[in-house]
Amino acid sequence: MALTGIYAFLFYLAFVVLVAGLGYKIVQYARTPAPLKIPTTPAPTTRSGVALRMGREVVLFESLFRSNKWIWIFGWLFHAGLFIVLARHLRYFTEPVWWWVDLIQPFGKYGAFAMIIGLVGLWARRLLVDRVRYITSPSDHLMLLLLTAIGVSGALMTFVNHTDIVAVKAFFLGIMGFEFASMQPLPGDILLLLHLGMVVLLMLIFPFSKLLHAPGLFFSPSRNQVDNPRAEPGLRAHDSRHVAPWAVELETDRKA
Amino acid sequence: MADFETPKLDDITTIPTVKSGTMEHSSPYVAKPVIQEPLGFPGELVDDWENVAVAKLGELSNKYRALRVYLDSCVKCGACTDKCHYYLGTSDPKNMPVARQDLLRKVYRRYYTLAGKWFPKLVGATDMTKEVLDDWYSYYHQCSQCRRCSVFCPYGIDTAEISMAARDIMDAVGKGQKYCNEIIGKVFKIGNNLGLPEPALRDTLEDLEEEVEEECGVPVKFPLDQKGADVLLVTPSADFFAEPHIDGLIGYGKVFHQAGISWTVSSHASEAANFGMFIGSYENMRKVSMRIREAALDLGVKRIVFGECGHAWRVAYSFLNTLAGPFDFLDPKYPVPQHICEVTHDLIQKGVLKFDKSQNDHMVLTYHDSCNVARASRMGSKPGGQFTIPRDIIKTVCNNYVDMAADSIHDATYCCGGGGGLLTDDLMELRVRGAKPRMEAVKQVVDAHGVTNMAAICAICKSQFTKVFPYYGYGMDMIVSVHQLVSNAIIMDGAQDGGDEDRETAEDAPQSA
Ligand code: HEM
Ligand code: HEM
Ligand code: SF4
Ligand code: SF4
Repeated sequence: MALTGIYAFLFYLAFVVLVAGLGYKIVQYARTPAPLKIPTTPAPTTRSGVALRMGREVVLFESLFRSNKWIWIFGWLFHAGLFIVLARHLRYFTEPVWWWVDLIQPFGKYGAFAMIIGLVGLWARRLLVDRVRYITSPSDHLMLLLLTAIGVSGALMTFVNHTDIVAVKAFFLGIMGFEFASMQPLPGDILLLLHLGMVVLLMLIFPFSKLLHAPGLFFSPSRNQVDNPRAEPGLRAHDSRHVAPWAVELETDRKA
Repeated sequence: MADFETPKLDDITTIPTVKSGTMEHSSPYVAKPVIQEPLGFPGELVDDWENVAVAKLGELSNKYRALRVYLDSCVKCGACTDKCHYYLGTSDPKNMPVARQDLLRKVYRRYYTLAGKWFPKLVGATDMTKEVLDDWYSYYHQCSQCRRCSVFCPYGIDTAEISMAARDIMDAVGKGQKYCNEIIGKVFKIGNNLGLPEPALRDTLEDLEEEVEEECGVPVKFPLDQKGADVLLVTPSADFFAEPHIDGLIGYGKVFHQAGISWTVSSHASEAANFGMFIGSYENMRKVSMRIREAALDLGVKRIVFGECGHAWRVAYSFLNTLAGPFDFLDPKYPVPQHICEVTHDLIQKGVLKFDKSQNDHMVLTYHDSCNVARASRMGSKPGGQFTIPRDIIKTVCNNYVDMAADSIHDATYCCGGGGGLLTDDLMELRVRGAKPRMEAVKQVVDAHGVTNMAAICAICKSQFTKVFPYYGYGMDMIVSVHQLVSNAIIMDGAQDGGDEDRETAEDAPQSA
């Protein structure tokens, strides 16, 4: 079936672009020096403190909570929903299915609603609040459109128009094992094809869009740096300092 | 002088609706070639400036992880849009932090991202044009690099970093800001922002000694270039003559005197301020900082202590070790550098200083957290010491103290409106309007608690408030130095009888603390 072949190809392509693109950006972030200590203070004075701070940002959106309750509620609903949905999706790609993925199946499907409500709320702000409208580009609307459409098409399959998920799983396990000879056909229902087509698109644009906020957060110097710049008993020895390689080259004027 | 209206203060700070272009006209004087060239920048706009600017942007995003990550990561969530005092005070949407970043981001996207190269309209990418450069010059000089937006952004995106990069790019194409670049030139030539040469500085300090002895009867010294002193005091040059800064300097002198700590000012490093940070120039910031290292080595001191100055404390606390370290030649028992508030606080803890609090009874005080101290540095050994230590000092020397509203203090503090290299008369409208949120917080405590004075530990804040308080109907002397309060209340040994013997013990005393 041609359709199956096309989707198989698209998923290979999308996977390569996603992994290579993200990998490239992550390596680029890691290699770019942070020449100065710029944590937003008060900041933790230890590595483990920073890990905790980062954990709270990732899991709870701590700064956003302080900042704006509406964005926080919708944003957190969306991401938490997305997380549950994606975790639930793992069952298509694992055999046997991990126990905890099994565990979240029954209630996890309502994650779709959290995700969609969150997205709609964020979109409403984008349209209604004049400040947010001002900073919005067409791409910001399209990103919300894409995610909402993926969510709605998925939810329709889950709650209204079921697809043959056993066949879907066979297809994905097949392409993951590069079993081209015995390629399993994808079910042909339109909802599924739309869903998967949009997922491919999402994977393709991920490394080139603002979705880079996901890896970006971990590299943000204002959040990931330890507050220990000065020589200080207990924190940093008097003969140690934080300097970038390119900055060392400037130091031609030193006597001592 | 004022061809603009001072904003009316609201009872609580409200978020204005967007009014495009209200501050488009605001931009500082451009630096002339004589100012630009000594700093290593082209004198005027270079021929090929579009390409030079784009290339510089590329260079900076390879040198500064923050810049690259921040330019990539913003999701336009809008959380920062109501956090900038300049937006709150002007309603100009380009003063919303994310919109300010976008001025640079749209060029970054156009030249350095696939999406911007292929679909510029879709992602809001634009070419580097004259209009873009003009917008940069105007709006990157409407950011006081206060980092308030960074606190509230879910990824910590710091518009200050973007503003610094933009100013660095503008310097690279020959469009520098007169105020900042002229001042940096003075530091290189003379040693401080004011261009106060060594003899004048010596006279000033001698006059000060006389004045203080007359006033309190104790011969407090203000030494200059004294080799072998324990402490090198690096303080903003405004402390040498401006009000209320100088009252703070008197306070430092009394603290050192009373604690028996020998100290000195250096004429080579007679400036704590480092405007290299404001213009985003690592190299200039480093050169200014190196003067402090040189002075410390030359004078053979054991410790470096910084006076009351906000951005200087950021450069000192966060950058000095990087720029001019390591300081392995100083006494390892002390942090390098220390803030004067840390020194005073330590001495209070140890019971070395005694106070007569009633000397400050004519005032009801509040305290303004200066941005760079609050959000870009620390004091003491625990995170947040930058909030508690100055307050502890004030409460030790004053009976009447109240905090302003919670959303306007600590790391949520509002900028005075004059930081980040904007403390110049050509930006007066911006400074007055940008002070609005702080003024509203002040008004609340004035109305509810009868606050009479606000203390601060930043030379820029002090100068800015002296200027803008009157616009809002408050007295210019409402702003006071923290060490001015210390100076008022400190009980000096031998103050009543002239204290001849005490002078000797004080001078001969070995380092204490
Ligand atoms: C480490 C993982 C992630 C973290 C910590 C994170 C965090 C955030 C935060 C704090 C926001 C701003 C608030 C909001 O608008 O919701 C945001 C926005 C957004 N995130 Fe994430 N995110 C992560 C992963 C993802 C992933 C994997 C996707 C998409 C597949 C995604 C899509 C989005 C979108 C589209 C927005 C913008 C929503 C809008 O237009 O208002 N995020 N993210
Ligand atoms: C290769 C990747 C994907 C495959 C094969 C896939 C397939 C499916 C299938 C077959 C369903 C229906 C489940 C059922 O009938 O019970 C579904 C539901 C759903 N999908 Fe996907 N999907 C993929 C990626 C995604 C992504 C990236 C998102 C979100 C951005 C998403 C969001 C949803 C949602 C919200 C639902 C409904 C709730 C649920 O069943 O958990 N899917 N997906
Ligand atoms: S809060 Fe941060 S991510 Fe959100 S719009 Fe502002 S800069 Fe962008
Ligand atoms: S750093 Fe301060 S002045 Fe600059 S945009 Fe952010 S909040 Fe505004």
